[in-house]
Amino acid sequence: MGAQKKGATARVSEDPEELARNPLQAILLADSFATTFRPITLERPKVLLPLVNIPMIDYTLAWLESAGVEEVFVFCCAHSKQVIDYLESSQWSSQPNFSVATIESHNSISAGDALRLIYERNVIHGDFVLISGDTVSNMLLTQALQEHKERKKKDANAIMTMVVKQSKPSPITQQSRLGTDELFMAINPVTKQLLCYEDKAEYSKGFISLDKTLIADNPSIILHNDKQDCYIDICSQEVLSLFTDNFDYQHLRRHFVKGLLVDDIMGYKIFTHEIHSSYAARIDNFRSYDTISKDIIQRWTYPFVPDVLCGSTAIKVERQGTYRASDVTLSRSAHVGSFTFIGQGTKIGNDTKISHSVVGKGCTIGSNVTIEGSYIWNNVTIEDGCQLRNAIVCDGVIMKSGAVLQPGVILSFKVVVGHQFVVPAYSKVSLLQQPTQQDSDEELEYADSTSGTGELQSEKLNGDIAPDLSETASELGTGGVGYIWSVFEGVQDEEWRHSVAPIPTDKLVKLMLDEDEEQLTQDGNVLSASGELKADSDDNGSEDENNEDSRDDYVFFEKEVEATFLRAVHENVKVDHAVLEVNALRLSYNMASVDCAGAIFYSMMKLAVESPHSSASELLKNAAEMITKWQKLLKSFLHDIDEEIEVILKFEEMCLESAKEFAALFPQVLHLLYDKEILQEDAILRWADEKEGADESDKVFLKRSEKFIQWLKEAEEEEDDD
Amino acid sequence: MPDTQALVNDFISKLKKRKIEGSQATAKQTAELLRSVISQTRVPYTNQAAALIQSVKAVGERLIAANPVELAVGNVVRRVLHIIREEDLSLTTAAMAGLNLSAVSDDEDDADRDNQPVLSAAAIAAASRSTLRPPSLQTLLEDVPDSAAIPHTSSSGGDSEGKSKSADKSSRSRKLKHDVIEAVNELIQDISTCHEQIAEQAVEHIHQNEVILTLGSSRTVLEFLCAAKEKKRSFRVFVSEGAPRYQGHLLAKELVMRGLQTTLITDSAVFAMISRVNMVIVGAHAVMANGGVIAPVGLNMVALAAQKHAVPFVVLAGSHKLCPLYPHHPEVLLNELRSPSELLDFGEFSDCLDFGSGIGAPLLHVVNPTFDYVQPKLVSLFITDTGGHNPSYIGEMYRLFVVSACGEGMNFKSEIMRTNCIAEGNFVKSSIRMRGINFFGKLEDRKSQFFCGCGEM
Repeated sequence: MGAQKKGATARVSEDPEELARNPLQAILLADSFATTFRPITLERPKVLLPLVNIPMIDYTLAWLESAGVEEVFVFCCAHSKQVIDYLESSQWSSQPNFSVATIESHNSISAGDALRLIYERNVIHGDFVLISGDTVSNMLLTQALQEHKERKKKDANAIMTMVVKQSKPSPITQQSRLGTDELFMAINPVTKQLLCYEDKAEYSKGFISLDKTLIADNPSIILHNDKQDCYIDICSQEVLSLFTDNFDYQHLRRHFVKGLLVDDIMGYKIFTHEIHSSYAARIDNFRSYDTISKDIIQRWTYPFVPDVLCGSTAIKVERQGTYRASDVTLSRSAHVGSFTFIGQGTKIGNDTKISHSVVGKGCTIGSNVTIEGSYIWNNVTIEDGCQLRNAIVCDGVIMKSGAVLQPGVILSFKVVVGHQFVVPAYSKVSLLQQPTQQDSDEELEYADSTSGTGELQSEKLNGDIAPDLSETASELGTGGVGYIWSVFEGVQDEEWRHSVAPIPTDKLVKLMLDEDEEQLTQDGNVLSASGELKADSDDNGSEDENNEDSRDDYVFFEKEVEATFLRAVHENVKVDHAVLEVNALRLSYNMASVDCAGAIFYSMMKLAVESPHSSASELLKNAAEMITKWQKLLKSFLHDIDEEIEVILKFEEMCLESAKEFAALFPQVLHLLYDKEILQEDAILRWADEKEGADESDKVFLKRSEKFIQWLKEAEEEEDDD
Repeated sequence: MPDTQALVNDFISKLKKRKIEGSQATAKQTAELLRSVISQTRVPYTNQAAALIQSVKAVGERLIAANPVELAVGNVVRRVLHIIREEDLSLTTAAMAGLNLSAVSDDEDDADRDNQPVLSAAAIAAASRSTLRPPSLQTLLEDVPDSAAIPHTSSSGGDSEGKSKSADKSSRSRKLKHDVIEAVNELIQDISTCHEQIAEQAVEHIHQNEVILTLGSSRTVLEFLCAAKEKKRSFRVFVSEGAPRYQGHLLAKELVMRGLQTTLITDSAVFAMISRVNMVIVGAHAVMANGGVIAPVGLNMVALAAQKHAVPFVVLAGSHKLCPLYPHHPEVLLNELRSPSELLDFGEFSDCLDFGSGIGAPLLHVVNPTFDYVQPKLVSLFITDTGGHNPSYIGEMYRLFVVSACGEGMNFKSEIMRTNCIAEGNFVKSSIRMRGINFFGKLEDRKSQFFCGCGEM
């Protein structure tokens, strides 16, 4: 079916005369104006980095060509010479009906500068596709282009169409697929007009605000948090002049898109085009590099997959998604696992295990090496007994025998790792020294402004390498060459976010808790069902406020426990694990196991109340089920009578405040807890004794459960009698 | 020359990007491209055929590498090579017959020959080896008296009429190219009319009130069914939708437009419906040398169902789909894995493809193969543009070819043939016996063209 459609649409695109008159043009930014790929990008431009063994820019150009673009202007800034040399020597310089021209600049520091320069050159004559050289896609442009043109005809202010794609947030964490921040979009479902575009950085406070007029002007608005921005834009000529008019626009999204959305004087409009079956994603950081590589290996980008793109070198897909070049030397005992790519001329020794990895051309891998989830580029030597997990290893690296790369390590070009040296997790190693003058606040705010200078610096540094080498040998073990970059302060904790390594479990738990907290906050705001939650939500919103009040601490703790418990319920986590997690929380919040028991019981009851029920008896059933299922978890925190009493007190508190529905069922639940041997009779009696002397108002529940207590007392006496 | 180069590059990039759909279109375009390559090739005075073969081969290898899954490309390249050899041979024999005694020095290997003007029969054998590597069945069978006669006549003579040679040579070189292009045109014609030729036979196979089952969409099948309909046959068609590309839907639509009673079923319902079916008619992607079929995914299941219920399983294949390779050969890429997006929506499943959490390895793996392999024993009949054959017959053609080639002591560079000789060793013996019995009865020259001279590339 797809094929038929392809044929049909291709014909359509040829028909209209306007297309014939104006060949479709594209601007490809061969510079991301960001520093996320350092230190690698100090030596080679990002667009030339191999993605499953083919430079990223080839994917982009191949897609542009197949999508019917005829003229591409490649804007190069950092390492422009390398990009130009590559393009000249590659197949792209000799394609019929597809011309690739380069525009070189040395002082552009942002996409805005690039577009201003292109405007000055006056090469764009009509609608164009704006894309950066690190985008992988296989979508058909025809439909989006037609929509854009039709809209433009009707409304001259519709100057841009942004391609978006649905991408569900994973149940565990938001947007961990591409490592980008959570994105929020408001779209008019009828016209597809984009009304609001926010990435997480700006609404980290847990709320976003929509302009009132938006709601007044649009009959319906859909707010999306499951859309992924593909960074493929179809723009009209006006976009370039807009950049020139507003010389302060730097970032395409942060400044330009937002500027247009906010500015209602000119009335320019941005629309979205959603793609469904096709693939599009941009490599923004190491995490998306990892994800997109895996997507390519899984063939989501077909026909832009390695075996098709470099057909002549005979790469074959074997079972379980293993790609192997024809001339690989593989030892008989080596094991190449699933979803692995092995490039031409690579030699692999005995008992080596490789899985979920990409190994480039001409690599030599010794015996007993373990490689998991790593990206090894070309001409890398890995000696016997090395271990690599979730690392990126650039061209020409030598790993001496027994060296170990922990998850998230980046080894830049020609680094040598010494014998049996362990490179710590998330470290970035390069022959170049870390640029020091740049960790000003400006960079964090304006990550895109430094790559121009970065290049100059790298050139300067290049001269310095030789003398420095001997002196740094110790930094990477005996015989090692290279500097381990230290991480900027404050960013240290964030390294895992953008690294190739999967998010470590503890971070995952934390991330999830944060999110749950946010959700709670929102719940609190919206529902305000429980006074307790509402009271805390303000504190939650400004997490960093230094109220070290123990009461507040307990509330936080309780929420964390609740979140853990909910996750345990929803994901069927084993009881033992849940116990461990709660224990970890207890330690980190410096709480006693009394508090744990209370908090767990609170979460259980809360869940019971929240799960659907129509009558009191059903609620009781819910509660019974919950208690039966999780009694082990609860019991592991009930070591003595005090803790059990705490549970009863907690329950009483709940019945009074947050879960009034339980009030009527108090004695039944108490009985239930007794039956399940969660509460001993001593605890209940002690509680009763304590309450005996309390206020009248406090004795409501005591009175309700009088019968039960009476029964207990009698039973005790009987036992005593026996 | 640069002109053809651009054409070749263009075609290669189209092949690479899988922009050409359908083996017929691919075959036709390949043949047309090779025609222009041949017409652009400058032919030297000597060794014209070798020059042509070389240039066609050079282009052909690149074409095959561009999309190794599309076997039709290789088939057409082999056919064109074969045409060149055939034409050259017929010219040589004609020239030899005409010039009688001077035939020897007029042969291809002038350069070699000049050193040793007087030739033995052995040299002639070498010469004929260089001109036509695999002697076709046609020549083996029909021209045996002729070619056998040549060595005798020529070995007895020396070279005497040197002057007439050069004039004759230039005309010959033009003639060779001209003849080859003519023959390639014929090939293109054959490829483009193969649907009609197959469809012509429809009435012989589809009978009144029959129920036909097909899977996916094939133009050959569509034309075949419509041809039967036009001949006033009334029958019903079950169309299995052919997941995940659902081309069956398109076929059903087309059939209904042409007034055929059509029932659309899911692929998984095939087994349930097969008992009501009189005949399964399907298209193929390629037909291998052993009679096995590479066909759209799902067909093996249909074939097994048909076998279980003893329903004839008929494969329609244009002659450009006949391939001299065996499915077990490492060179044959039996399959192509397409994008998983045909099976499921990326957006809906992107949360399952989250590599950032957990072990960092995808737990969900979607496999979307394009083709199935149907064993020869499951196929009841092949209908090609030259008539109906049963699968063992197709196999036999190739085996005979192997035997004759080996028997002639040809130096096969191609590894394919060697492996085949070993693999099919047992069959070789039996087919030699077969040749004595019913070989001549079965062979017609048209048929033989397709299978011969295909071995070497």
